[in-house]
Amino acid sequence: MYWNERAETMSRDERAALQCERLREAVGRAYQHVPAYREKMQQAGLLPGDIRDIGDLPRLPYTLKADLRDNYPFGMFAAPMRDVVRIHASSGTTGKQTVVGYTRRDLEIWNECMARSLTMCGVTHEDIMHVSYGYGLFTGGLGGHYGGETVGCATIPVGVGNTKRQLQIMRDFGSTVLLCTPSYAMLLGDAVQKEGIIDDIKLRIGVFGAEPWTLPMRQEIEARLGLVAYDIYGISEISGPGVANECLCRCGLHVHEDHFLTEVVDPDTGEPLPDGRPGELVFTCATKEALPLIRYNTRDITALHHEKCACGRTLVRMDKPTGRTDDMLIIRGVNVFPSQIESVLLGFGEAAPHYLIVVDRQGALDSLEIQVEMTDAFFSDEVRALEGLERRIRREVENTLGLAAKITLVQPNSIERYEGKARRVLDKRTFL
Amino acid sequence: MPIRQISVFVENKSGKLAEVTGVLADAGIDIRALSIADTADYGILRLIVSKPEAALAALRAAGLTVSATEVLAVRLDDKPGALHRVLGALGKAHIAVAYIYAFLGRERVSAYVILRVEDNGQAASVLADSGAALLEEPEVYGI
Ligand SMILES: [Zn+2]
Repeated sequence: MYWNERAETMSRDERAALQCERLREAVGRAYQHVPAYREKMQQAGLLPGDIRDIGDLPRLPYTLKADLRDNYPFGMFAAPMRDVVRIHASSGTTGKQTVVGYTRRDLEIWNECMARSLTMCGVTHEDIMHVSYGYGLFTGGLGGHYGGETVGCATIPVGVGNTKRQLQIMRDFGSTVLLCTPSYAMLLGDAVQKEGIIDDIKLRIGVFGAEPWTLPMRQEIEARLGLVAYDIYGISEISGPGVANECLCRCGLHVHEDHFLTEVVDPDTGEPLPDGRPGELVFTCATKEALPLIRYNTRDITALHHEKCACGRTLVRMDKPTGRTDDMLIIRGVNVFPSQIESVLLGFGEAAPHYLIVVDRQGALDSLEIQVEMTDAFFSDEVRALEGLERRIRREVENTLGLAAKITLVQPNSIERYEGKARRVLDKRTFL
Repeated sequence: MPIRQISVFVENKSGKLAEVTGVLADAGIDIRALSIADTADYGILRLIVSKPEAALAALRAAGLTVSATEVLAVRLDDKPGALHRVLGALGKAHIAVAYIYAFLGRERVSAYVILRVEDNGQAASVLADSGAALLEEPEVYGI
């Protein structure tokens, strides 16, 4: 089943011609309307006319998350605000959010890609879709939601939390498709098992993404919820959920590359890598009007496969990302940079104390602990003063990241240093 | 009038307290009194020692987080009601006590309490009016 058979199955040559035409338009639009792009290209000695076909793509400089931060909030937008109809944001470095915008046409394309994604793993207009992503600035909720409506599913905006209500809706409304993060699916599966209501649940398809997960997790989720689980990939900078999705073959995620030009490059040399060789995943938004990101380096590590899939699609497939080349962590679906935590701690004294971010998975959910070494400046002889300090750090971290964290005050020098440099992150989760 | 108390940040892990006492023993410092305020993860060890300056230097050199706080030391007759008179006087004057701990003297006829209050001067004058005996540093360190 295809949502858009022509776009998904056209020959690679035919698609390349389409991509080429769209790339030229996107580069021209970015150059004309976004000063930051104009500067970048001028520095690289490039004019829009120098980019004539797909082969010229690697000549263009990368766009990085830092560019979005430096041009906060709307500096990278190529469309005037009167044409922008939606804004989303996700947490970024040093407290500033990564802000993304959409024109009406951008939303149509996002819905189209989301609809293709759902259709390729078997979702139809007969389904009742239960969306347990967060609704709000995060793209997961609304992105999944409108994709479901586009397909024609009876789409339920359940959101996150209140497990009891989740189960009640699942059972009483007869949800057949579940959209959420894999860790939340684990939690819901756990609750279904505990309540012993698996026979009352009609779920058949799960579409899970926004955070790394493992094959054993997939099997566990499938066993607990009695569904077939598919991987979805998407980042808000590119559009949101539905940039890529697994088809029924589950042999990689098909990227909707007629809209999102896809490269995998060597992180050291920037050279394009052949199929099967893992490197940094780079996207170019060929059709976006509001935020036409050119060669956006996601820092995700994956490999590409261009041969035609058994499902009939000619869309390139990417492997499930195995990690990142920067220090970004994904905790409960939220992007977290150690520098964000450092800036919070800097707010409490002249110098940031040594700290260690400990991420673990307790049961189904990620846990975040921040160990902070006690300094003379923080110290007090009164317990309530130290408890107050813990509480203030916890509140600030929560305000900055949107995540609850446990703050643990530890003795000086108790956090290990490696060659004088402190290790900032201890990620105990396993994703392989 | 106030005397110096040393506070040390100690994680609730086995061997951590011994680390502190080891540093003091090596520096030849006597502990006159101590108390610990603890939470689930850590404690604050409060000490009255024979040589506060030397103790602070030795503990800092050992990489520990320490601070010095001024507290009041009061001698009490080791008899029923003695502590109550002191606390009663402070209570009447609306002086809040952040924490308090007690120890016995070597001569075993007096008890001593260490008091942490917001305003040492005000508390000292209330205590003096109530007839309590406030100790000076040399007296305490020699107990
Ligand atoms: Zn396929």
